Amino acid sequence: MPEQLLFAAEVTLNGLMAGVLYALVALGFVLIFKASGIFNYAQGVMALFAALTLVGIMDGQVPFAHLINAIFGTEVHHFGWHVPALLAILFTMVLMVAFAWVVNHFVLRHLVNQEPIILFMATIGLAYFLEGFGDIMWGSDIKKLDVGLPQGLNGWIDETTFNAFGYGFFIDNLDIVATVIAALLVTALVVFSQYTKQGRALRAVADDHQAALSVGISLNFIWVLVWSVAGFVALVAGIMWGAKSGVQFSLSLIALKALPVLMLGGFTSIPGAIVGGLIIGVGEKLFEFLLGPALGGATENWFAYVLALLFLVFRPQGLFGEKIIERV
Amino acid sequence: MKLKLAACVLAGAMAAGPVMADLVFPSLSYRTGPYAANGIPFADGYADYFSLLNERDGGIGGVATRLLECETGYNTEKGVECYESTKGEGSLIYQPLSTGITYQLIPKASADGIPVHSMGYGRTSAANGKVFEWIFNYPTNYWNGASIAVKHILDVNGGDISGKKIALVYHNSAYGKEPIRTLEELSAKHGFELLLLPVDHPGQEQKSQWLQIRRERPDNVLMWGWGVMNQVAIQEAANIRYPMENFIGIWWSGSENDVLPVGEGANGYKALNMHLPGSDFPIYEDLKTHVYDKGMAAGAGDNAGTVLYNRGLYAAMLAAEAAKKAQEIHGVADITPAMMRDGMEALEITEDGMAALGLPNFGPAFSVSCENHGGSGLGIVQQWDAAAGNWVQITDYIAPDAEVINALIMEDSAAYAAENNIQERCN
Repeated sequence: MPEQLLFAAEVTLNGLMAGVLYALVALGFVLIFKASGIFNYAQGVMALFAALTLVGIMDGQVPFAHLINAIFGTEVHHFGWHVPALLAILFTMVLMVAFAWVVNHFVLRHLVNQEPIILFMATIGLAYFLEGFGDIMWGSDIKKLDVGLPQGLNGWIDETTFNAFGYGFFIDNLDIVATVIAALLVTALVVFSQYTKQGRALRAVADDHQAALSVGISLNFIWVLVWSVAGFVALVAGIMWGAKSGVQFSLSLIALKALPVLMLGGFTSIPGAIVGGLIIGVGEKLFEFLLGPALGGATENWFAYVLALLFLVFRPQGLFGEKIIERV
Repeated sequence: MKLKLAACVLAGAMAAGPVMADLVFPSLSYRTGPYAANGIPFADGYADYFSLLNERDGGIGGVATRLLECETGYNTEKGVECYESTKGEGSLIYQPLSTGITYQLIPKASADGIPVHSMGYGRTSAANGKVFEWIFNYPTNYWNGASIAVKHILDVNGGDISGKKIALVYHNSAYGKEPIRTLEELSAKHGFELLLLPVDHPGQEQKSQWLQIRRERPDNVLMWGWGVMNQVAIQEAANIRYPMENFIGIWWSGSENDVLPVGEGANGYKALNMHLPGSDFPIYEDLKTHVYDKGMAAGAGDNAGTVLYNRGLYAAMLAAEAAKKAQEIHGVADITPAMMRDGMEALEITEDGMAALGLPNFGPAFSVSCENHGGSGLGIVQQWDAAAGNWVQITDYIAPDAEVINALIMEDSAAYAAENNIQERCN
């Protein structure tokens, strides 16, 4: 096989893997938008907060240590224990559920039937609040996240492709794990929304808040539920991205990677988030490989948005989004 | 009644005699946002040095120092707002710790008559004092950094790198693009091939760049990164099993923050530095006695001894020494920004002077002049020891290739002077 073709195949595979990571972030947006029509600006910060909390719990870090020390003149930083990863993930999820309840109780339920822009602005405020809260609670330093996920070159793929083509493909073990987890997550979410009572209630709320209320569905419960699920997705995304770069405040910027995915896949489709992620991932990597050198490189960020815009021109609701016709 | 009260206050104020104002040192810090992890240790070091001077020496020349901290979030617009809101407080010198903010402040501060010190960042050609009267970037700059890195590669390769391939992975911004021109010149001089690999902000996804490195197999990789870009690049290099001893970062890609998240994989990674790493300096005993033990440490007090904390200390030390020089030149303790500029331009940092400050051999000896606002340009190479969890100095101070760098500085500063109608001084 010609060398350039092998390189292109390697880039395509890595693009697919990168796309899965983008899709993980996009999923959280989709869940909340589907259930409540809210574009949750805070989704990236939720991933950051979940990852910060996970590392903090695992390392036995005292929450609000700086604040406590400043007020009481103490010197407490760590409890002195280390919590196993699975248990820490469980505790983090409990906290994310509590966060979902707080968001619903203090923000969303006061804004039922408000314009979408009002809800969107509320999530902007939420993002700033949560970022500051996370800073006070866990500190701003970069934290190493080690939940036991494998990372680095997959030796088997490298060796197999080398034997077959004379060139060993690079695939990151972490990306393979992310792909498996994303597949499981999407399957679970689809099963949940299609085949469970709560899932059907969630879809009913997504269709029409007031109609859902009239048949006895608790809007409060559904919103807490969906924000909790989005919190779980944020935790998974936080773990995957945090394992690559350490847990730090720039993690909140991963939301930027999800926007073109949402525009392409549609804001209301779980499979759309995955397919959108894959198209963006492969598209930007191949474009960079083929035309990047001629254009000076660093084409990925803008290319993703250009690709999404092109889709918007021909299909404004995205590939899998619902076509909304409003009578005026 | 109001009139009587006002008269009493006025009489009291007059009776008190002349009051010495504080020496104001603004700190355009970033303790929040995506770059906070790097901004905090620098800001802490900067603040702790001035606290030490106040507590131990009663300030500078008998006048207390006052730190004026303003949060920029590493955002250029906020940085300019910070400048505008603090310049009226008698601010003596600005050190924005951001190339973007520095570029915005160059014309503003020059017009306002307030010196800017961009230590190892900002506009490189500001080293030419003939054009940039109010801007200083001693002890070194990006172009010197590029030259020092290439010199180190030359040393490792027995002085011959012709035919070799060197890749530059850089932040796709004004900062990251700074060394390109120099590296192109050095490439022509030494006969190596230069491969340019830009990474868009913030740099969380660099798979394309590192796949290209894996395909093209450059002999060395240089990095001009900041923030998350550094950690991801070092992780990706470890993932593709790139030999870490051939991977060299600029001094803004060489802190503990950049290597610790990668763990063992970062072992052997190299970075340049303009000062020594670690806390094995007498000044740390003074800091403990006069600052830390009194509960006056800035921030959470947990950054002492880190590379960026040391850089904050170093920046503050250079500012304080320039203030002392200004007091000496003008014979007054209560100096103005213009006097501060004179002190900066006459600054002389000697080995004995640094030892007396509790920082023996901490940075290079250098002197500043009307023509040279960039210092000696020296830098070291340090290497990360993952097992010990610290940086190890592996070279002495290396001098940059002055022949190449000075010509570039003259060319760029002449263009700036022509654009802005600036008459050269120092003649």
